[in-house]
Amino acid sequence: MSVAERLARLSMWAAALFTVVFLMTPLLITVAVSLGSSSVFTLPPTDWSLRWYQRLAITRGLLPSLLTSLQVAAFSTAVALALGTLCAIALVRGRFPGRDAIATFLVSPLMLPGLVIGIAMLQGFKTIGLREAFASLLLAHVVITLPYVVRTVFAALSLFDFSLVDAARTLGCSYPTALMRVLVPALGPAFLTSGMFAFLASMDNYPISIFFTDAWTKTLPIQMLQYVEENPDPTIAAISTGLVLLAILALIVGDRLVGLRRMADF
Amino acid sequence: MTKALSPWRDPVALLAAPAVLYLLALYALPLVWLLAKSFSGPAGLTLAPYAEFFADPFNWRVVANTLSIALWVTLVCLLIGYPASFALARAGAALQIAMLVAIILPLSVGVVVKAFAWQIVLRRDGVVSQLLVGLGIWDEPQRLLFTETGLVLGAANIFLPFMILPIYSVVKLIDPRLDEAGATLGATPIYRFLRVTLPLSLPGVVSGVAFVFSMSVSMYVIPSLLIGDRFQTLSTLTGRSFLFMRNEQLGSTTAVILLALAVSIVVGSGRLARRLGGSA
Repeated sequence: MSVAERLARLSMWAAALFTVVFLMTPLLITVAVSLGSSSVFTLPPTDWSLRWYQRLAITRGLLPSLLTSLQVAAFSTAVALALGTLCAIALVRGRFPGRDAIATFLVSPLMLPGLVIGIAMLQGFKTIGLREAFASLLLAHVVITLPYVVRTVFAALSLFDFSLVDAARTLGCSYPTALMRVLVPALGPAFLTSGMFAFLASMDNYPISIFFTDAWTKTLPIQMLQYVEENPDPTIAAISTGLVLLAILALIVGDRLVGLRRMADF
Repeated sequence: MTKALSPWRDPVALLAAPAVLYLLALYALPLVWLLAKSFSGPAGLTLAPYAEFFADPFNWRVVANTLSIALWVTLVCLLIGYPASFALARAGAALQIAMLVAIILPLSVGVVVKAFAWQIVLRRDGVVSQLLVGLGIWDEPQRLLFTETGLVLGAANIFLPFMILPIYSVVKLIDPRLDEAGATLGATPIYRFLRVTLPLSLPGVVSGVAFVFSMSVSMYVIPSLLIGDRFQTLSTLTGRSFLFMRNEQLGSTTAVILLALAVSIVVGSGRLARRLGGSA
């Protein structure tokens, strides 16, 4: 092996190792800080304690905002799954012009600055007289979650062999039964993973939500950022650790359903 | 091939209608309206807000900040991500799983969580400072929080998966026999890399760079937490003018500039990727 090849190989494995450590750092730091008893982020923690977790319950505004986020995420994901799946079916099965353009349009909210989308929506909602924070959040978050569903279900449907539905009908199933017994199980994994990532995207959204909160209705990221700016202490690390656990759960479920490698498909 | 029917003759098209109409009403229309309003003055069509914006040297500083930070973040992500995506494609099972977990897991954790963690990492007594002092690179601990370097480091960390995954998706399709064939024919490693591997991986690089650059241009939470008000970008200025300064005129102008930047990156990179894909 020549020197250049050795160098290339070395840099490749060094980059791989660095990537793993670098990407895991913020998550590990969060967990470590949340379990330490010090309030000044001493690392490694000198004493272990669960006091920051106990503080979660008494920190004003944190639990209501968690509840708001969960409600908004659940509702918007459910709507996105319904609208997105129907649309993906039309895009895969339909024979009409402009399907590529429609697919790009539906995924485009992921590619544009969230802040700009939020501002545009804020002005739109103001114009039609919608001032209710919770309703605005629900409507806005469907735009955030829809792209995830369309992208993943579209990809799964493109791989699905629709002649299987015909086969089921030949074997005596009615059309709805054939769909239920062949198409639905085949789409299940895509449905669940896209729903999961849509849910997490809604839970995490900051730049759009910030325009639709008021003194009473705040989502979790908004409340967390406000808390960090006012009094940074490991209480935020404790709630963050909860969110990391949620992400680990999503990863395990996703791995079981579609496999890690397919989750990395871009 | 079935001939494309008009939407009016293909009933399946109706299934797309709810989603499309929803996005048209709640997303496309407001964006178009934002755009239209920013160009309309009391006397019809106007460019006055933009002329005013670019007449202020402070705003040029803001644009320069935005672009330079985005360039640095993209460069750091590319330098780490390019070799890392080759490693991911060629790694054995154990390392590949470790890398996939390290890449996918942070994607499902919110940006507020990660930016908060970087606030701790970049402190004077934080991990980076301790590491650099331990390695003898720094003589004494330094604070990286609220510096440009800290911002680039934190943002590169958060956006790195968006560089690795698109490059990986292209690299894993490159046939290793191409490289062997080049070697058999006597090409040097450097020549093989420049003439075979690099051109084949370019479409992935283009889309990774486009992702990371456009996300760095429009990031809002990360600069708010890692550098603060001292350093304004188009995105933070947009947010501030709506949320704190109540200056909707300025906010709309910067929002449209951001939108134009984002759209041109998406369209430009799409074209470039298609041209590279066609010639490869």
